[in-house]
Amino acid sequence: MNILEVKNLTKDFDGFMAVKGVDFSVKRGEVFGFLGPNGAGKTTTINMLTGLARPTSGTINLAGEDGVKNVKKLQQIMGIVPDESNLYDDLSGFDNLTFCASLYGMEKTRREKRAQELLAQFRLADTGKRPFKAYSKGMKRKLTIAAGIIHDPQILFLDEPTTGIDVESARQIRKLIQNLNKKGTTIFLTTHYIEEAERLCSRVGFIVSGKIVRLGTVNELMQEAQNEHTVQFSLAGGLLNVKEALRSRFIDYTVSIDGDTTVKIQSPSPINLIPFIKFFEDHNLMVYEAKIIRPSLEEVFVKVTGIELKNMKQEKEGGRRRKKQ
Amino acid sequence: MKSSIVFWNILMKDMRTYYLKPPNISWGIIFPFAWTLMFFLKSKSAVDISEILPGVMSLAVLFGTTSMLAVTITFERRSRSFDRLLLAPISLNLLMLAKTAGAIFFGTLNALVPALFASFIIDLSGANWVTALFSVILIAVTSTFLGLFISVAVSEVFEAQTFSNFFRFPMVFLCGLFFPVQNLPALIKPVAYLLPLTYGADMLKTSLNGTGFIAPWINFLVLLGFSLGLFLVSTHFIKKRWIY
Repeated sequence: MNILEVKNLTKDFDGFMAVKGVDFSVKRGEVFGFLGPNGAGKTTTINMLTGLARPTSGTINLAGEDGVKNVKKLQQIMGIVPDESNLYDDLSGFDNLTFCASLYGMEKTRREKRAQELLAQFRLADTGKRPFKAYSKGMKRKLTIAAGIIHDPQILFLDEPTTGIDVESARQIRKLIQNLNKKGTTIFLTTHYIEEAERLCSRVGFIVSGKIVRLGTVNELMQEAQNEHTVQFSLAGGLLNVKEALRSRFIDYTVSIDGDTTVKIQSPSPINLIPFIKFFEDHNLMVYEAKIIRPSLEEVFVKVTGIELKNMKQEKEGGRRRKKQ
Repeated sequence: MKSSIVFWNILMKDMRTYYLKPPNISWGIIFPFAWTLMFFLKSKSAVDISEILPGVMSLAVLFGTTSMLAVTITFERRSRSFDRLLLAPISLNLLMLAKTAGAIFFGTLNALVPALFASFIIDLSGANWVTALFSVILIAVTSTFLGLFISVAVSEVFEAQTFSNFFRFPMVFLCGLFFPVQNLPALIKPVAYLLPLTYGADMLKTSLNGTGFIAPWINFLVLLGFSLGLFLVSTHFIKKRWIY
């Protein structure tokens, strides 16, 4: 069942079309990812879904209600985590959380209890009394996410949740997102980290220049890049001695030998492993591992959009630097 | 009940993070105190002090409200923490009333400094303090909503300060705080009647020393009109510009 349905959503900024008629739906309980470069329309879409921007045209249906007309009412069931931590510098972590809870009309005892719970859950209990400005970037991000879920929203909008923070904090945040989802929260996520989308999302939409260019489950999208099948064998050694014999025996396959221990076999059709294992046995070569190599979501993204990942990251970093200036 | 929780917590948060910070408390006391001292030292007699007290109190409210609100809202817009408020499930009117309540309270407190100071020097027993407090609150509301209007018109904190002064300094000279409006040149007089502080200061004069020349009910209606107008125009522009 869909919690969010978006049809022909458009945003026109005085002649500049930031979002060009996007259609998508998000199933209740799933993690849906929006993946795209800087300026693709990810944040504008989130802003329209959450009520910070008015759509030029199109419809939004959230939890069975008109998401444009009734956005104020629907904000009660939304959690929103913007791409930059925007809590109050002078308030402590605890006070920031209780203040955010009060915006949803939560009573004092309930919001204080919930704030304590979240500080413990996000491993910030020891720093709850510290002012927000004294937090590290990773801690700020975690507290901003905690503020986004203080009122137990049905759907959580996360805009670039792990951008610009250290590896360990990013790992913890991904774990938190997974745990939230396990508890039933639907998550709408935007990211420019393809590995993050691959790891967290059940479905992904590629958005480029305001248009969704591909949408599907991670597996469905990966199928698109699966032009050929690849198997990698790891051996104890001795591959170089049988290099030519291997190539002439399996003439219908592309055989790539990497050093004395690794060989990659590629074929347009599915690969039967038995003849290869028999060949290695016949030549007294010990096989340690046979691994099916699948294409990454990154390869799919590059294939579909034509945008190289490194360009996307550079663009994003450049955008952040410009914002700071 | 829910609205009251939201209103109270936004007000308390602003009081803690902005208005009750030591620099603002000292500004709230020192600034009106300095104005008071400056005018009172210049005054030759107790009669003079009684005459200028409504002007000094109006000035303290005006300066205590406009820039504080304009700066705090512009600052929150810049840091994007204001987005957090816009994304809360509360009406924009309630949100803006909560955001302005702190400045209204702070401005009203500022007006008490010269009043307290004057009470040690002259006999103020003849003043009608109930209507005086009502006048101060009305001036604070109008000036705060003027600050709100300024915050909608600018995007940088320094612009908020500059733009506030653009409104405030002409008001000091044109609104009858220290020079009677009746004595202004005929060409400038209509401008004075376009400024809300003219009516606030006049209402305060009537309450404190009986020298106001406009009927109190006219002052009240005009200030109410200015407050409503500034609030509605500001929220209209917030909806148009900030929820883009």
